[in-house]
Amino acid sequence: MEVTVSVRRFDPERSEQGSYWQDYGVDVEETASVLDSLIKIREEIDGSLALRCSCRSAICGSCAMRINGHAKLACNTKMTEVVSEENKITVEPAGNMPVLKDLVVDQKLFWDKIRQVSPWIRPVGEEPTGEYLAPNEDMVHLAGVMACIMCGACVSDCTVLEVDKNFIGPAALAKAYRFVADPRDGENRSRLGILSEYSGIWDCTRCYECVEVCPKDVAPMDRIMALRDEAMGQGYDDNYGARHTEVFTQSVSHSGWLNELMLPIKTFGMFNLPAMMNMAPVGLRALLKGKMPSLFHKPVPQVEKVRRLVKKIAAEQKKN
Amino acid sequence: MLEHDVLVVGAGLAGMRAALAAHQKGASVAIVSKVHPVRSHSNAAQGGINAALTDRGDDWHEHAYDTVKGSDFLGDQDAIEIMCREAGPELISLEHMGVIFNRDEEGRLGTRAFGGQQKARTFFVADFTGQAMLHVLYEQLMKAEVPVYEEWFVLSLIVEDGVCCGVVSMEMATGRVYVIRAKTVILATGGVGRLFEPSTNALIVTGDGMALAYRSGAPLMDMEMIQYHPTTLTGSGVLITEGARGEGAYLLNSKGERFMERYAPNMMELASRDVVSRAEQTEINEGRGVNGCVLLDLRHLGEDLIRERLTQIVDIGMDFAGVNIIEQPIPIRPGMHYIMGGIKTDVDGQTNIRGLYAAGECANVSVHGGNRLGVNSLLDTVVFGRRSGEHAAQTAADIEYVTLNVESYTKQANDRFADLYARDKSGTRWSSIRLGLGTEMDKNFGVYRNEEGMQSLSRSVRQYQEEYQNVTLQDKGKRFNTDLVFTLELGFMLDCAEAIVAGGLDRKESRGAHSRTDYPERDDENWLQHVLVSASSEGPIVSHLPTVITQWKPEERKY
Repeated sequence: MEVTVSVRRFDPERSEQGSYWQDYGVDVEETASVLDSLIKIREEIDGSLALRCSCRSAICGSCAMRINGHAKLACNTKMTEVVSEENKITVEPAGNMPVLKDLVVDQKLFWDKIRQVSPWIRPVGEEPTGEYLAPNEDMVHLAGVMACIMCGACVSDCTVLEVDKNFIGPAALAKAYRFVADPRDGENRSRLGILSEYSGIWDCTRCYECVEVCPKDVAPMDRIMALRDEAMGQGYDDNYGARHTEVFTQSVSHSGWLNELMLPIKTFGMFNLPAMMNMAPVGLRALLKGKMPSLFHKPVPQVEKVRRLVKKIAAEQKKN
Repeated sequence: MLEHDVLVVGAGLAGMRAALAAHQKGASVAIVSKVHPVRSHSNAAQGGINAALTDRGDDWHEHAYDTVKGSDFLGDQDAIEIMCREAGPELISLEHMGVIFNRDEEGRLGTRAFGGQQKARTFFVADFTGQAMLHVLYEQLMKAEVPVYEEWFVLSLIVEDGVCCGVVSMEMATGRVYVIRAKTVILATGGVGRLFEPSTNALIVTGDGMALAYRSGAPLMDMEMIQYHPTTLTGSGVLITEGARGEGAYLLNSKGERFMERYAPNMMELASRDVVSRAEQTEINEGRGVNGCVLLDLRHLGEDLIRERLTQIVDIGMDFAGVNIIEQPIPIRPGMHYIMGGIKTDVDGQTNIRGLYAAGECANVSVHGGNRLGVNSLLDTVVFGRRSGEHAAQTAADIEYVTLNVESYTKQANDRFADLYARDKSGTRWSSIRLGLGTEMDKNFGVYRNEEGMQSLSRSVRQYQEEYQNVTLQDKGKRFNTDLVFTLELGFMLDCAEAIVAGGLDRKESRGAHSRTDYPERDDENWLQHVLVSASSEGPIVSHLPTVITQWKPEERKY
């Protein structure tokens, strides 16, 4: 199969020319991965093409890059699944991290964030002479998170990190979950406290991108949501994120729909002057465009049904 | 100057375990690795780690016996006793560090069966035990704040007056050369899989540490002992875990027969790897294969078990062979997987060069002898990694740094680069030599070998070595020049090839993985000994050492 691999290249020794696209024509087998084509380029056409790769079987996490605009592992992405009708693909370095050369990015930011969550087990009490006892279901569940190979695909395509570099990010939060959910770890309360702070679990916007791009089905966003539940359950509800969730739920269970006017006021607090001042321009613009929510928040018709539904969900949650 | 009491080269399981142990002994320790630690090839170990736990009714003597027998009686029994005795405590300490491990119904560590062993004593994390351990060791390394020179490539060892006192290394991101001074150096660089094409091994597995030691005067031992794994995918050579057979998968030939009945009637699919690989190769050679493969059949295990315990190979089957292993048998063949041979060390990881240690696949203690049992490799890495780290830390505590002429070492390396960069771009590249060499190694040093094939291989290796003298680069840049890195790696691989072929030609018998069609029998009278290969300007020099036997006398090996 003849394919055109269009690579976004960058030579740090000619940084003034910036990044540029280079097309390579390669002949690969029908079963070839994108990585096979890149290796072929490197070995047979252009030895100056830089990329990281090693295991070729989606376990070392070296070859995360953007293929046709989305983060993927080059090694487990089949060429036939991504080529266009003109037999063309584009390959770019992973996003949200500085490019060192061609497809090689600097992962310092990635690892700094991992370190931020104290990523090691912290048992309390005396160490047993044998192993810690732990239910197999818990371990199998954790294996789903430990399956993370730290490839950085989720960080590359995280839409929050794109605008806020302080966000701990999907990979590190999934890693944090691995300790919070480990029955052997004794610090899960303090971990949840720290994670509930600014740049932590409440900064995720639930865009789902990290779940989509994760090559190992770690589902980072789902782990972040689990951390939110766990944090609120343990009483970490005195922060914007948790209050936002509370107010949201209250409003829907009371009137059947969201009270948009009260959501920010209750989340930030009526007397939180700086926050209220920040909101003022938005409110003003909404008013001018005639989009200011009504001061009188009327329940939806048949609101009783919504309330019953909410009660039912709450009861279910309690059971679990 | 950069300096550390203990410098570990390589950040796989052996390297990180060594670094942690040295750190716990109070040494200042650092790791230098050509890839980030979690990219290391220990990741690929799928099946698990062996340990005989007494509270589970197991006995380390039995594990040791299985290992001795698996090694075809070439393993040194004093070293095997240490490994099997220390397996239990080491496993528990890994669990305490945070490795999750699958459990039994009472919440204790659960086991699975593995090849060549009488008892199920393999502890595991689904089918990514290596990754689960590697990531946890890195967690501990972060906790201990052990510095890592990430993506630094070691060019040579510094040995002065018979003492190893550091390394010369290149920071890949900048291309700058640095001397790192150390009181002790531990090599933990893994195997040399990429010398063979195909291989289950990652692209980074290029025998760097073995060659570094070999060039510095340390002998390599039993390098002819190359393990062909029974279940690898055709083409890419990607590995299917032995855990699949541990869970009960069958091997079938083109007639649908479980052919292992003829070769190992008791252990069947779970005989030692060398035995199973030979059986498969014989089936294929005698015309009962399927397109150069035999079939691995998991269908009767059922979807639930496969999905819980063999998660990764469901994906591997789909991604790399287009086969749904739940519904279809998957074609597999023996493929190069591991090298039992390596830098000769004692049970504390010491080589013949003072201050130089080795652990893990690059070392040969020797616990695997002629054939490694499945999942003894992870055990080897952590037990001897720890022992090396502890010993190196103690040694370092008693000695001072040596004064080094840093400029002369960096100049030497830079001059070599300058020479490489000055050549025009049109000559032979690393990639063509590597492919040619790898293909010939697989052909003439595969499951079966003979004098003629190995002699022709020996000539080829010399030819490639000559060609390598004029190898050229396409990338003339300084920063992240992988063209340069692969070229340097190829130099290491050629050294390893030389030692492997020398060992293979020397050992005139069939033992373990070394199956010679011209000497088909094991010959205990003449060859119950190790083959050591040392470098010299006139080519490799071979010598011998007797095998250490403590309690298990050699006997016929039947499964």
